Amino acid sequence: MNVRLSSLWGGALLMLGIACGQSSSPAPEPAAPAAPGAQTAAPAAAPEPAKDDKGPIKVGILHSLSGTMAISETSLKDVALMTIDEINAKGGVLGRKLEPVVVDPASNWPLFAEKARELLTKDKVAVTFGCWTSVSRKSVLPVFEELNGLLFYPVQYEGEESSYNVFYTGAAPNQQAIPATEYMMSKEGGEAKRFVLLGTDYVYPRTTNKILRYFLQSKGVAEADILEKYTPFGFTDYQTIVAEVKRFAAGKRTAVISTINGDSNVPFYKELANQGVKAEDIPVVAFSVGEEELRGIDTAPLVGHLAAWNYFQSLDNPENKAFIEKWKAYVAKNNLPGGDKRVTNDPMEATYIGIKMWAQAVAQSGTTDVDAVRQAVAGQVVKGPSGFDAKMDEKNHHLHKPVFIGEVQANGQFQVVWKTPGPVRAAPWSPFVPDSSKKVADWTYPWLCGNCTEPKVALAK
Amino acid sequence: MSLQSCLRGWFSKCVLVPLVLLGLALPAAAEGGELGALISSLGAEDRSVAGAAIDGLARRPEPAALRALEALRDGKLRVAPSGAAYIKTEDGKLLDAVSGAAVTGVDASLLRTAGVNNVLRRQLTQAIAALGLRSKDAGVRLAAAEQLAKALDEKLAPLMREALALEKDADVKALLKQTLAQVDFGSSDPKLRIAAIQAMGESADVAFKGQLSALLERDSQGKFKEPNPEIRAAADEAVSIISRKELFTRIVRDLFYGVSLGSVLLLAALGLAVTFGLMRVINMAHGEMLMLGAYSTYCAQLLFQKYFPGALDYYIVLALPLSFGVCMLVGMALERSVIRFLYGRPLETLLATWGISLMLIQTVRVIFGAQNVTVANPSWLSGGYDLLPGVVLPYNRIATILFVSFVVLFVNWLLKRTPIGLQVRSITQNRAMAACMGIRTARVDMLTFGLGSGIAGLGGVALSQLGNVGPELGQLYIVDSFLVVVVGGVGKIAGSVVAALGLGTINKLLEPFAGAVLGKIFLLVFVVLFIQRRPQGLFALKGRSAEG
Repeated sequence: MNVRLSSLWGGALLMLGIACGQSSSPAPEPAAPAAPGAQTAAPAAAPEPAKDDKGPIKVGILHSLSGTMAISETSLKDVALMTIDEINAKGGVLGRKLEPVVVDPASNWPLFAEKARELLTKDKVAVTFGCWTSVSRKSVLPVFEELNGLLFYPVQYEGEESSYNVFYTGAAPNQQAIPATEYMMSKEGGEAKRFVLLGTDYVYPRTTNKILRYFLQSKGVAEADILEKYTPFGFTDYQTIVAEVKRFAAGKRTAVISTINGDSNVPFYKELANQGVKAEDIPVVAFSVGEEELRGIDTAPLVGHLAAWNYFQSLDNPENKAFIEKWKAYVAKNNLPGGDKRVTNDPMEATYIGIKMWAQAVAQSGTTDVDAVRQAVAGQVVKGPSGFDAKMDEKNHHLHKPVFIGEVQANGQFQVVWKTPGPVRAAPWSPFVPDSSKKVADWTYPWLCGNCTEPKVALAK
Repeated sequence: MSLQSCLRGWFSKCVLVPLVLLGLALPAAAEGGELGALISSLGAEDRSVAGAAIDGLARRPEPAALRALEALRDGKLRVAPSGAAYIKTEDGKLLDAVSGAAVTGVDASLLRTAGVNNVLRRQLTQAIAALGLRSKDAGVRLAAAEQLAKALDEKLAPLMREALALEKDADVKALLKQTLAQVDFGSSDPKLRIAAIQAMGESADVAFKGQLSALLERDSQGKFKEPNPEIRAAADEAVSIISRKELFTRIVRDLFYGVSLGSVLLLAALGLAVTFGLMRVINMAHGEMLMLGAYSTYCAQLLFQKYFPGALDYYIVLALPLSFGVCMLVGMALERSVIRFLYGRPLETLLATWGISLMLIQTVRVIFGAQNVTVANPSWLSGGYDLLPGVVLPYNRIATILFVSFVVLFVNWLLKRTPIGLQVRSITQNRAMAACMGIRTARVDMLTFGLGSGIAGLGGVALSQLGNVGPELGQLYIVDSFLVVVVGGVGKIAGSVVAALGLGTINKLLEPFAGAVLGKIFLLVFVVLFIQRRPQGLFALKGRSAEG
């Protein structure tokens, strides 16, 4: 909502100015968190671990509970609370209970940075689980780095990043976008020769499509066979775009790779159905559409369109059964909105794994101190609901994850049509992008760096 | 072992092996022979085996073949652990897939649903169409031939030739010939190729353009890649036919999309044209009236789901009066409780209505949750009408255009032909004078605001069919609504109509060139420049009220 408001609603901007007065003007640029930082930097050089080691451990949860992203992020807050309940029911960590501190950054990117600072300096949380959009992550990043906090980020993203203070439990491009594109080019996936890269206009789709473009070129797809299109957040009129896709698809097998985010997906898929675009003619593979997003759509006309994730609710294994059961019981017990229609999805699984992993690392290091826990998280293994061992890479702060490609079924669930034999190691810097291919993300000696081409702390021989 | 090697290697060589293996293993095969074996391998987990079975069944005249393929397509084919295949009927009975007889005593919990992926689905559609060519009904044969023409599958060419020899219906014959001509496109006989190229040109289908223009390309030495000049001439002509047709369809298409977007803008703005246009209330809560209308539609749908599930397709009939009524009541309550104290103070009105809009959003969020709710299109609004090849007019867009015309006529009638309309217009022109003439201005204000809100509610019904229904729905449309009313000229309904259709068309004509994001920016720049030149909008209100 805020994106639309501030960008389009001239009148509202004026009123925002009036309503907010001079007290706390929300800085319009994501780069601005340095400004409020100036006020608080003095008392908070570094968040100190809680002095008494008897009390509960505070855990921050930073997800939008209002605004556009509430649709997706509310479930992550719920599943985080569920996991914390589960850990507490078994006695907590180090004999101490976990105490969740839930804040609502309201889909407002600068507010994410303010709330993150509040969590770290005022609440002194030991760790934070949060963010969905890449723009919100980019907004809190400087805060976590400045105050040496710890963030677990649970959503698939565009890569090209690795921070000392962040653990990425969602997929990097080589764990989602690249295998999905490869599948569309394979015999099994329909041997697509032409590609439409369709996305919402912000950093995640733009970067992902940049990587995909390099990838497709490396596979010999001609420039003329790639069509790249962007729409604003909350766009609803997909007539022209769908017609264009149909025209572009004439003559060669075409696949659409969609990085459309949020509720724009509903009118997009409705338009596909209305214009008679069937999955068998022009399949659409989406990276941001999961079980939760499909709850708002009649999926009967969409059967066969695809999504690529590292987890689907339909996976049949004991861990997933237990996970779904726990989730259903938690929803029923707390009477959450949506009731028995609530589903599980990939970012929820990533949140669940992240919290478990952090708890294991705290138990291993015997303290909640960020520097100690960070060392312990690397290499930590959690058996995830995907049925595979999810291991945090020792070096690059990303999770090893299996990749699944599923087709939409009439009941809103996915049927897995392709999967990797096992977990895949993340490559945060894409080897297909010339600038990135030389970069290294390695937080061990002698590199200690998430974004460089030479080791940083190598000792002289 | 052989299955696995099939997976890796070129499968068709190995297809017979697993088929025979399966056939030996299965009791069904004993009854149905080869047909039975094919049908039971439809459910094979290895998709290349299932694919080979589909191709095999496409050549089988027995009704069981078509029945099994259709069951697989519709997700009704069940496979027992033994490999035997069953078809699950609507009423939950199980039929033997080969004989078609009802079976009992099968443990349903052990059955697995045979799954398909896109590649199999494509093959299935073609196979079912190929079998459709054998149908006694000419309509079915025509539909089958159309499907085969849409997605050419050279493997099915012999089947089509067979069917063509037997075919009597002229339409089907022509279509089959055209399709087969495409197969001949790849042949080495120049006569056949020229005939194929001509047939492709006649079809005027954009899909062939790439293939045909490839014939006209030159290689790096400047020589034509296609040596035969006759073929080049034919291709050149076919390409020009297709290009002409393409330009025409593009114009038609963009115009329709423009009008369709314009009608959405108009629906969103029409209520505002009354509350802001006639009453001068800067109503920031207008978007929330649209939202309430959409949620009323959702409630109507829920009511029908609960009490009249049979008539669910017609919930719109209840949704229209319900959303009009709900929004009208909310609007009148707002006017009485807040807005009437703020007449003549635009800044306060703006702030107050903005606050109200936030309250309404939060109220809806508390009642219905922050998630979007599902408003399903009735089945008669799903799908589209094929106007020309490449131009599909979706039914929900057509319905929106018709609906907005109806609402405009309704509002026009109300304002021009009814006593209340007369009073509204008189108050718009000169409030003090109207009051002196004995018009109860307070009551008329309330009713007018209620009317504007009610119309917004009707807009909400239409928007619920096109986009998302969530608490923030109104925020999406409020800017566009003000844009339309200001460009059209405050105080004139006709102005809003022209502005909405104009802005919609300009936006849609720009979009293919500039993209959705830039297109919108260009539109806003255009509007800013326009308002600079003509602050009073397209249709200015004449008379004293203009200063008022």
